[in-house]
Order: sequence, then C-alpha cells, then structure tokens
Amino acid sequence: MSALTNAAVDILAQAEGLGADDAKAVAGAQGAGMAYGLAAIGPGIGIGYLVGQAVQAMARQPESAGQVQTTMFLGIAFTEALALIGFVVFILLKFV
Amino acid sequence: MLHALANPSVLLAAEEGGGGVEFPPINLIVKWPHAFGEGQWYGFNKIALISLIAMIVPVLLFWLAGRKASLVPKGVQNVMESSIDFVEQQVVLPAIGPDGMRYLPMLISMFFFIWIGNLFEVIPTAHMPANARMANPLMLAIVAWVMFIGVGLKHHKLGYLKEALFPPGVPKALYILVTPIEFLSTFLIRPFSLAVRLFANMLAGHILLVTFSVLTITLVGASLLVIVGGLSFAMLVAFTGFEFMVAFLQAFIFSLLTAVYIGGALHPAH
Repeated sequence: MSALTNAAVDILAQAEGLGADDAKAVAGAQGAGMAYGLAAIGPGIGIGYLVGQAVQAMARQPESAGQVQTTMFLGIAFTEALALIGFVVFILLKFV
Repeated sequence: MLHALANPSVLLAAEEGGGGVEFPPINLIVKWPHAFGEGQWYGFNKIALISLIAMIVPVLLFWLAGRKASLVPKGVQNVMESSIDFVEQQVVLPAIGPDGMRYLPMLISMFFFIWIGNLFEVIPTAHMPANARMANPLMLAIVAWVMFIGVGLKHHKLGYLKEALFPPGVPKALYILVTPIEFLSTFLIRPFSLAVRLFANMLAGHILLVTFSVLTITLVGASLLVIVGGLSFAMLVAFTGFEFMVAFLQAFIFSLLTAVYIGGALHPAH
C-alpha cells in the first residue's frame, strides 16, 4: 500500500478507535471493490461494441457467420483479459 | 460506501456475525487437503484427482471410438468424430490453415483436458474446476508458449525472432519503440494473459456459484426470508447453466488462441 493510503488508514484507525489491522482490512476491501469496478468499465464497453458489430456483420452476410463468430470470440478473449486482470487484482487486495 | 467509510465499525459488526452472511474465506473454497504426500512433490489432492480424470477420460473415449472403427460411425465413434470435426473446422482451419492439420492432435488433447477439467465446476459432489488453481493454466500456457516459439524457430530459424521483434514495413527510427513493445507482448504478455484468462474465468465462476449457494443456505435458514431464498436459488440454477457454457467456451478459446499463436509463428508475413 502507498504512503498516502497508510496515512489515511492511521487517521481512520485513530478516529474510530479501531486496530490498525481492522482499518487496513476495510481500506483493502474498499480498494478491491473500486479496482474491479473500474477495470470492468472499459472491457464492458469494448465487448458490447464488438459483439454489436459482429451481429451486424452476421445479419448483413449470414453466409460468413461462422468466420465472423470465430473472430468475435478471439476479440472477446483479448478484450476480456483486462477485466480478468482487474478481477485478479480484486482477489489479491481482498484476500492476500 | 461513504457511510461505511465514515463508520467502519458497521462493516466489522456484520463480519463478526451480527446477522450478516458468513462468506467462507478464499482458502476454504480453493484449497483442498491432501489425500497423501502433504508437502511433497507427489502430494495428491482433489485438484490432482480431477486433472487425472480429465487426462484419462479423453484417452478412454478415443480408445472406445477407435477400437471398432467402422466406415459409418455410430455411438461413441460418432461423437468423437464430430468433436474432431469441430476442432478442425472451428480452430485449426481458420487460425492456421490447411498446413496446420499436424497440430490437430495437440490442440484436441488440450481442448479435452481443459474442457473436462472445467466441467467439474458444475458436476455435483466435485464442484471444483481444476483450472481454478493457477498451476494447471500456467502449465498449459507454458506448453503453448514453448510450442509456438518452437514452431517459429523450426520453420524460419532465427528469421522468426527477426520477424517477431522487427516487423517489416516500419520506419527504422520507430524500432526503438516497436521492438520492446513487440518483445513484451509476444514473449511475456501472451503466455501470461493465456494463463490468467483461463484461471480467472474459472475462479470467478467458482466464487459466483459459492456466493449464491451460501446466500441460498443463509436465506432459507432465516425464517421470513425463504421467498427471497427461492430467488437466490433460481439464480444459482441459472448460473450453473451459464458456467456449463463457460466451461466449454474457455476450452475453445484457449485452444483457438494457441492455434492463432502457432499460425502466427508459421506464417509470420500476416
């Protein structure tokens, strides 16, 4: 954790009469939720746009649906990786 | 959240059993005791058992299918032949091309190992995907990594590294910028993202199912909240179906990406 967060945790702990560990857990949980929430925004927009375009392509040219679908899954896999890294950060912040 | 920030004791009170849902700690839902060999290299737990089953079941199925192979397939042979057809049509041909057929056995073993390992997420009494522990996806990603670099080096000698690190058609001065980025994305981020994608998807699914199970048990136990517990149970059923699909999709995407990387090493021109 950064120095700024540490200072915030100390202030919080003194104000509430909590142990430093408890306050740290609270800060960790909040940071974890924030990390995953922010990480989900970009890939959410990206996958929505990607699948929308793929559906449009398939509706225009149904005969190329198979190829478009394979490429769509590839694109989803690459875009989704960002959200999944956010999820791993969530796990690390919350539980480790 | 602001309220909780102003008064953290609210959160802590809920955690100490003041009527809140008692979610099990993460170690309880992914760590399993060893059957034997605790702490040794031959240590054997639930994950190892599932991995072993995921290895044996495809071998058994293909053996059954090929034992009495007939020209007109039926039964097990029919199922296995259509699975080979699926990997051929959806993975190998679009990603590598006709000359990628020699990698079909490797890709199909990968596909079946991941798929059956994942399926244990929704199989009752097991309820643990083998790929929700980092060791399995990491090992598979290393196999894919060694495979595509090996294919590149075998077919293009050191020209593969030149093609990968110095893509043609880029102005000379830009190589200062392009080469480190290409090195990072091809040789480090590729295996990392391959492993993390599979691992995080399966772990997320596992945690989702655990969350709704815990919620359902807690709500059904509470006197007035049985009706809400029914809704939670419906969500559990829906997500079980969803995870059944995800198990297949992740196996498909992992083998497809491996094929794409092999194809990129085989034909670096595009």
